This record gives sequence, C-alpha cells and structure tokens, in this order.
Amino acid sequence: MKAPLTWLAEYVKIDDLDIESLAKVMTMVGLEVEEIRLVGLAMPSGEKHEFKYTGLSWPVDKFVVAQIDKVMPHPNADRLVLCRVNDGEQEFTVLTGAPNLFEYKGSGPLQPPLKVAYAREGAVLYDGHQPGRKLMTLKKMKIRNVESSSMICSEKELGISDEHEGVIILDEDAPTGMPLADYMGDAVFDVDTLPNMMRSASIWGMAREIAASLGRPLKAPETHVEMRGPSIEGRAAVEIQDPTLNPRFVLGLIEGVTLKPSPYQVRRRLNLAGMRPINNLVDATNYAMLELGNPLHAFDYDFLLNRAGGDAPTMITRRALPGETLTTLDGVTHQLNPEVELVTDTAGALSLAGVMGGEESEVNPDTVNVLVEGASWNFINIRKTISKLKINSEAAYRFSRGVHPALAKMGVQLALRYMLAWGGGQVAQGLVDNYPNPPDDPVVELSADWVNRNLGTEISAQEIADVLTRLDFTCKVDGDKITAHTPPHRLDIGQGLIGRADVLEEISRIYGYDKIPSRRLEQPLPPQIVDPGLVMQETLRDLLVNLGLQELVAYRMTSPEREARRYPAGYAIPTVEYIEIQNPITVERRVMRRSILATMLEILEYNSHLDRRLAFFEIGPIFLPVAGQELPYEKQMLSIGLTGARDLPYWAENDSVSMDFYDLKGIIDGLLAGLHVQEIAYRVAEHPSLHPGKTAEIMVAGNAIGIMGELHPLVKTNYELNEAPVYLAEIDLARLLEVAHSLFDVEAVPAYPPVLEDLAVVVDETVTAAEVEAVLWRGGGEALKKVQLFDIYHGQQVDPGKKSLAFSLTYLAPDRTLTDKEVHKLRQRIITLLDKELGAVLRS
Amino acid sequence: MTRKVKELENLAQIQQDALRALADVVDIEALEAWRVTHLGRSSAVMAVFSSMGGMDKELRPLMGKEANEVRQALEAALEEKRQALEAVALKQALETEKLDITLPGRPVARGRLHPLTQVLRHINQIFSDMGFQVFPSPEVETDDYNFTYLNMPPYHPARDMWDTFYTKKEGILLRTHTSPGQIHLMRARAPEPIRAILPGATMRYEQLSTRSEIEFVQVEVLVIGKQVSFAEMKGTLDDFARCLFGDDARTRLRPSHFPFTEPSAELDVGCFVCDGVGCPVCKETGWLEILGCGMVHPVVLEYGGYDPAIYSGFAAGMGVDRSTLMRYRIDDIRHFRNNDVRFLRQF
Repeated sequence: MKAPLTWLAEYVKIDDLDIESLAKVMTMVGLEVEEIRLVGLAMPSGEKHEFKYTGLSWPVDKFVVAQIDKVMPHPNADRLVLCRVNDGEQEFTVLTGAPNLFEYKGSGPLQPPLKVAYAREGAVLYDGHQPGRKLMTLKKMKIRNVESSSMICSEKELGISDEHEGVIILDEDAPTGMPLADYMGDAVFDVDTLPNMMRSASIWGMAREIAASLGRPLKAPETHVEMRGPSIEGRAAVEIQDPTLNPRFVLGLIEGVTLKPSPYQVRRRLNLAGMRPINNLVDATNYAMLELGNPLHAFDYDFLLNRAGGDAPTMITRRALPGETLTTLDGVTHQLNPEVELVTDTAGALSLAGVMGGEESEVNPDTVNVLVEGASWNFINIRKTISKLKINSEAAYRFSRGVHPALAKMGVQLALRYMLAWGGGQVAQGLVDNYPNPPDDPVVELSADWVNRNLGTEISAQEIADVLTRLDFTCKVDGDKITAHTPPHRLDIGQGLIGRADVLEEISRIYGYDKIPSRRLEQPLPPQIVDPGLVMQETLRDLLVNLGLQELVAYRMTSPEREARRYPAGYAIPTVEYIEIQNPITVERRVMRRSILATMLEILEYNSHLDRRLAFFEIGPIFLPVAGQELPYEKQMLSIGLTGARDLPYWAENDSVSMDFYDLKGIIDGLLAGLHVQEIAYRVAEHPSLHPGKTAEIMVAGNAIGIMGELHPLVKTNYELNEAPVYLAEIDLARLLEVAHSLFDVEAVPAYPPVLEDLAVVVDETVTAAEVEAVLWRGGGEALKKVQLFDIYHGQQVDPGKKSLAFSLTYLAPDRTLTDKEVHKLRQRIITLLDKELGAVLRS
Repeated sequence: MTRKVKELENLAQIQQDALRALADVVDIEALEAWRVTHLGRSSAVMAVFSSMGGMDKELRPLMGKEANEVRQALEAALEEKRQALEAVALKQALETEKLDITLPGRPVARGRLHPLTQVLRHINQIFSDMGFQVFPSPEVETDDYNFTYLNMPPYHPARDMWDTFYTKKEGILLRTHTSPGQIHLMRARAPEPIRAILPGATMRYEQLSTRSEIEFVQVEVLVIGKQVSFAEMKGTLDDFARCLFGDDARTRLRPSHFPFTEPSAELDVGCFVCDGVGCPVCKETGWLEILGCGMVHPVVLEYGGYDPAIYSGFAAGMGVDRSTLMRYRIDDIRHFRNNDVRFLRQF
C-alpha cells in the first residue's frame, strides 16, 4: 500500500523524523518500504540512503502557491490565455494553454482569485507534453510574441499524477506566497504489506505500528458525525442469511448531498495513495477505506427505493442462486454460483459482497441521497469468489485477507462525515447495525519465562505487557504471568499455543529484533546420519570434473514432443504417463521430464556451434509416475554427452580428431574406477536413441547400471548438431550406489621387480578383445598382474578375416624375483590356452 | 745420463706440444680429437709408457713417474679445457635458445562445476562446519506438504506468496519451496533433535525474465530441539553470513511473515558491491536480502510430530540462484539453465 507522509502524520507524531529515519522505523517494524516517492519534499540529507527514492522535489525558492487574479485572452492564439499571477512577491503575466482556465477568460478580476501551483524560472519539473516522466528546466522563451519564463503547473508537471488536462486549482484557503513544498509537499512510502498484517493496509493501521515502535500515542480517527436528519429507522433494513459469511452489516444514510469534485487536498492524497479521484461521494468511501482499512460502498438511495416500489429497501446478504448473473461497475457480467456471497435487495442482486458494486446501483450524476454500506465478510469465501470470477479490487484485496468487523461501523461513520463535509446535506440519525457474529478476540496467556526461553532474552513480565499495550492489547500482569486481550481490530492472533506464538512475534517485533542477543547454537548435536546417495553424487561430480567434463543444471519441465525427438523417425514411441502440469507457463514446458538424455541432447544442440569440443554431464532426477502412489518416483540419473574435437585447438597441432566411443568409455571407466566399482563389463546392447553397432550396456556384477553409445544417425538428424558423432551415456544412480565402494583393498607396493613381456596374437575378426584378455588372465594365473592392449593390426601381414592384437603383460610375484624359466612356462601356458580356446596363433 | 736427460727433455717437449695444441682447441669435437692425439693409445705420452720396457732398469721408475706426471697434467688440462668449453657452449645455448613465451600454452580440457553447484557447495560447507547434515527431499509434492502442514490450509491468504504449478493430479504440485522437506525430515526424526539443511530444486509459476525463473535452487535450514531460541537463530545465521560474505559483513534481521515460522524475519546483509552506499545490485538500499527465517510455527511442529509445548526450532530458506546472481553480478538469471558454454566456462 502507498502511504503519504502527511496523512500518516495526522495519526502519530513523526514531524521530528526525516523521511529516511521514518522509513527505517517502518521497515524494522514489518512495514517494508520498497520505494519512497518524493512529491515535493526534499531528499533527506546524507550520502547513504537505505531506500530507493524516486519522484520530484520542489525547492522552496522555485515552487510557490500563487494566485491568478485575472485571465486574459492571448492576442494571437485562441488556444492560449494570459494570466495575471501574483506569487506573493511580484506580479507576472504567465502564458498557459490549460483548458480549465478558459472559462475565466476575459471575465475581469477574479473574486476570489484562483490559487495555483506556480513554478519560477529555473525550476526543474516534468515535461507535461512528453509521455512518461522526463525532466525539463523552465527557461525564458517566446510563444507567439509573448515572453514567458514561469509556469502554472499541472499534476503531471509536479509529479503528483499523470493528469495534464489542466492546471491544478488549489483549495481557496491556500496561502499565496507559501512555498509549495510547505503547503502540500509530500513523500509516498510504498509499503509491501505482509499477509498477516492486513490490519496495516490502512493509514491508521500503519500509524499504529509506527506509534508502537516509537512508543508514542496513536490518535484515533475522528468518527463523530453530526446527525441532524430524520432517523434511518424504518427507512432501510438489513437481513443477513448466513452470519458465518457476513458477520456484520452496517448502513448509514445521508440526504441532500451535492455531487461534485472533492477538495483538492483530498484528490491529491487519493492520487498519491494510488486511487483515482471520482467525485466527493465515491472519494469519501475510498478515503475512509484507505484511512481505516475497511472497504465501504455507496448506493444511490433513491434507486433502491424505486426497486422496492417506494418501500424502505431491505439489504439482504445471501449466496447467489444457481444461474444468477450480475454486471459489476467495471462493466463485466459475471455468471454466479452459490459459492458467491451477494448483497441484494428484494428486487435482486446489487453487488458482489466485499468485491465490487453493481453497475446499476452505484452513485451517479443525479444522486442526492446516499446509503453507505460498511460490512465484514468471511475472507475465505471472498478468496474463492475472486479466484473463481477472476476479479480484483481494493476492497477484495482487503476483505480476502481478513478485516475485523469492529471497523465496519467506524468506516460508515467516517464516510458519512466526509460526505457531509465535502458535499453538504444531512445525515440521518442512527445507523442500521446488524452484527450477528462478532469475532472472539483471543485472550492469550503466557509467562515471561516462556518468552525469554524462546527469544533468548531477559525481559520482565511488565516490560512484555508494556510492549503489547503499545499495540492496543489489554494486559494483566500477575507475577511472571501475562494475560493479553487481543484488541478489536485484528484477526491474526490465534487461540492457545498458536496465539502464544502469534503474540511472541508481536513482542519480538516491537521490542526490536536488533535488541535480541545473537548466540551460537547451544543444542546437543543430533544423531549423525549420512545420506549415502547425496555423498556419492558429490563424489561423482568431482570425478567427472576431474575427467574434464562440464556440469549442467537443467530444467525439469519439458514437453512430450521435445522428449520424442530422441527417437528415430518412424519409431513406435511407447505411450508413457507423464507428470502433467495443469497451469504450464508454456506448452514447451508442460510435463516433468522422463528422459535425462533428451535434456542432454537439447543442451548439446544449443551449444553445437559455440565450441568445437563439448563434454557435459548432468546429475538430476527424472519423474516416473508410479501406479497406486501419490507421488512419482524421482529417479536420480547421471547423463554424459560428448561431441567434437578430442583436443582443444592448439597452434602446434592443426587437426584434432573427433572424440569417439572409446573417449566415452574411458570416462565411464574412470568414474567407475573412482568409485572402486568392481566386476565391470560392457555388453553389446540396443537402445532406440543409439547406433545399433555402437551401443553397450554398462554391467556391474552381472547387472546393467546404464547404457552408452553413439547417437543413432537418424536421431541425430532430429537435432541441429555438427558433423562429429555424438556420444551419450546414462547411468541409474541408485544402481550405481549399490555397487560403489567407499572401502576397498589396497595392495602392497611390490618389493620385487616385475617382468614385462609383449605378446601379439592373431585371431579371427569376430573375436573380441575382452575374450582374448579373459584367456590371458586365466593363463597367466596369480603372477599376471596387468594386461594392456597396445596395438590392433589388420593388413597385409595377417590373413584376411584376421586381426592381430598386441598386449603388454606384467608378471610379478610378491615374494621373489620371477625367473626367466617361470615366465617362459606361463607364456607357454597362455599360448596353449589361446590356441585351444580361440584358435589364436602367435604372430611371428 | 745423457739418455736420461734426453728422455726427460722428450717428455717435457711432449707436454709442451700438447698444451700448445690444446690452446688452439675451440670446441668439444676438437677437444675429443686432441684427447685422442695427446692422451689416446697412440699418443706420444703413451708411447713413452710402452717404450719403457726397453729402458734401463734404474731409469724406469723415474721415467714412469715423470711420464705419469705428464699424463696427469694433460688430463687436468683436458678437464679444465672441457669445463671452459662447456661453459662457453652453455652460455651460447642460453643466449640463442629463446622461446616465444607469448605463444599460447597447450590447453588442457578442464571440467567445471556449474556455478549453482559451486555456490551451493560453499553454503553446504559452511553449515557442515557448524554440524548441519544434508538431506534430500522430493521435488513433486502433495498440497498438504507444500502448504497445509506448513500452516497454510486451503484458501489461506499466505498461499498467494507462492505462485504454484499444479499437476493434473488432484492435490499434487511442484514444490514452490524446500520447506516441505522440513515435514519429511521431522517425521523421519521425531523426537530426536535436528540440525540439517535440505538443498534442492523448486518451481514457481513466474513469467521468465532476467530476474525471475520458473525453476531455481533453494536451501532449507532446520534446527529442532528442546529449547531453541531466536537468539540462537540469530547467532547461527550471523555466523553463516560472515562465512559466506566475509568477516566484516553487516547483517540485520527485519520482521517479515511466513506462515510456517513465527516470529519471522528476513536476513539482510550489507551490500558487498557498494558497501552500503547504494547501487543497482542492492536496488539503492545498501542491503541485500539473503534469506527468510523464523522460529518454527507450533502447527508445523505438530504436523512434524514434535510437541510444541516441549520442542521449538528455527528454519531458514535461501535462494541459491539469487545468491549466485548477486555474488557474480550476473545480469540474467536465465543463464543458469541455458547452459551456454560461453557462460559456464567463466566459472
């Protein structure tokens, strides 16, 4: 809510605080000031300001209240007039095109003179002729041969509102010559009202918090109103059908009122508070609402009389009937349902209760008699209504968050008082006050000891009571015990244990968070429990970064179409269930992803032209609905994506080769080794997104934990990727966790030298390296410690259909140096086994 | 006697000739040639040794001694010359072997953690040092866990504070904050004390812009015990802020409202960019909003399985994306999930 400084100052003494200090007080009591808009007042002194300031200051020597004594026609221009202006020091002739001065043109000396806001030469103000807010400096200039250097200002030029249709005509009592900033300079605090502080969505409410924080008295609004007209009794009635939805309904009546614009200062304040001034009657309800926090409504009384066939109107509050409609004053016709509470009369619906009035019954140019409604409504019901009908208003904003019924009567009185002051007429004696459901203002009992244990403070019971009293709680102190009665203007204090927590917040807030000491935790440490899954994720991240990969953090939301791109064209995509979002921000992100590979492909695609080497990994969940379960299985996955050059560009090596299957395999080997996974094997496999001949399942101890391979050429065409092949892997982290070891055996560093030997064997093309290796291990026995493939040869020196594999073998015994004879024996055993099992021959 | 003199003169001559020749040697190759000529098997001095067999018996020891001295002198001269030549050669090499040290180094493909992970790890580390443990919690949640158990029954006004993505399944939504993790953890732990953090992805229905995302990372902090006080919350979070932003970081707790904590506060840290003078990062306020916090609401304790008459606690929640944005003065929050390599490789 936007709160003008001068308005707040009517309820609490703050004239000794500068704008900055006041904003600090407000923020630290829970009225967070998001912005301060200067509307005339000077920026506070000092270099450091803790708030964002906008707006315009009116230096006292440049902006003053002036009077127009005479309006004269311009000799050469119909659309301009010349004004004889007195600024308290001198007389000037000022040129203006303001249409609201034309009516005074040539009518001789004005009695009384018009009071206006006057800017002297050199003043900096907003350019009224430009859109938005652009500053300009007043300089001497000639318009149609008439020299002019000063200006009679519009609201836009002064930064009060965007109004530039005419100049401001101030109230008659504005003192000529007074600096404008002294007369009506202001600053508007834009306060972010917390949901539990709706009592502060009003000037009075904010003033109360400021007063409590400063320990100063709060002035009560003057609600006394002269009631000289005939009694309202018998001339209006109220019938409440459901008191839980409508705890209170108050009516007041004013007759013979004159509809006209409100006094200028009222209009200015409404503008500053963000409401458009309409006329004195509507303005009175809005002004009273802003002041008190209780929304009010003005009905044309004669219209209601008419509908009742001349009888006294009866206001009936009830649920809407099925199929009932109502056109609100914004011109929208709503289809209603019984969830919606209405204000009606005997002839039908009048307004959406607590939300918006109907078009027909509102105050109109012929209105002379006004029935003022002040009511209170069930906030949950109002919330349902506004979310159902997609409608909002200042009234709904307040009622949907809870307004205490005690305010309804004060509100009606205040509005009647303003109508009388601004429009004349007579207020009918008495009010119709139907109050079937007063709230139970909670009584909260607490002890100083409990407060101090919870806050870590040492405050006495009396001090606590004093703090609460500043917020209008009524407190009784009995030794350590405090009994606090909630004041009748707030609905945020609960009963029992909850009430105590609510009151604790009030005590700490007003006592001051800054006064509560700061201490380290004195709690015993809880039982230490480690989540092994999270620990492994971090280990994995470190391993993959060490292996040269860039980590990604990606969106969980996607679309089935996006995920379908990972299948080759023509593939029969299986129908799967997604977690679907009811209100997606875009159709592109309307489900929770089921494939981490689809995410990886999109990110590779995005970056494909940005770098010649891409090497990524992502750790994150996919979301799999589970039959019979409320929540999906959030399966934690690891994905790896590689494409492009193996080496980074370097001046000494011009052509780098592309990464291949074995680059990916090396990374997976590396990460499995880093987790001390054993019994690793790769098994030929199939996967719709991967090349059928270049796909492997990653097996650990006979179980698949993931898949890896080259992106299927047909799938590749679904993405805008470079020529280089793309390699992908996906690993199920729950499976990986089962086989990872944080404890592992460390072998002794050998005390005897190893024997190294090379062995090249020729086998059929179809024999895999793994098959040959398995035989080597078996033949070598315990003494064989390491087998490393170092060459594969196809060509002239071997027969067609054959290949030669060259291995380097390391033999070692823990307790002695192996003799040539021993090694020779092992070698012979290996050769025999190779021949027997694979038909392999030694390459000569 | 003459024979003896002659032989000795001969030796002196050999030494003199050799040394004269050595003076002319200018490089290592010539030195090697000199060695072969003057100290090699067929050199003059060696010839003296081999000719000693035919000498008088009494002459032999003297000649042997003399010849040895000559040989040692030549060897010493050779060594001296070698060192001199090597020094010259090294000097020359050092003077001529010059690299263009401005040429680029051979690049190593370095892996990197995503910036959000880097900052999250920093946060985790600070809390770990204070004895907090890390727990996971689900990202798709029930309405009950996300709202009701956090003291926001249906139609509670505070629900407006979170713009929610609902799923098409009744009562299931994408969690709008990490706070539902509090309930999961409490229910798993009650009545044991808790000192934990719960990091994770959260989602909110927002229009994507430079400052707002639909997905972002949060960290939830939760402490439950028999007499946890507001003062302890203040101390813990002050320590955290100083660890994250530096020893001289100024903090303030500002009243706020969260339905699941009471009293509630926002923790502000003095802007580290402008040092409190005011800048666009702190929106001219000199303060940066770091996290929301408060004492766990009795209703939440009850839902979590703790008796609020006995137990109390505090909770805090912070946005990792926001902290990262501020820390590196990043202009657009969408960079994080775009994963543009030109952005990522700067971290």
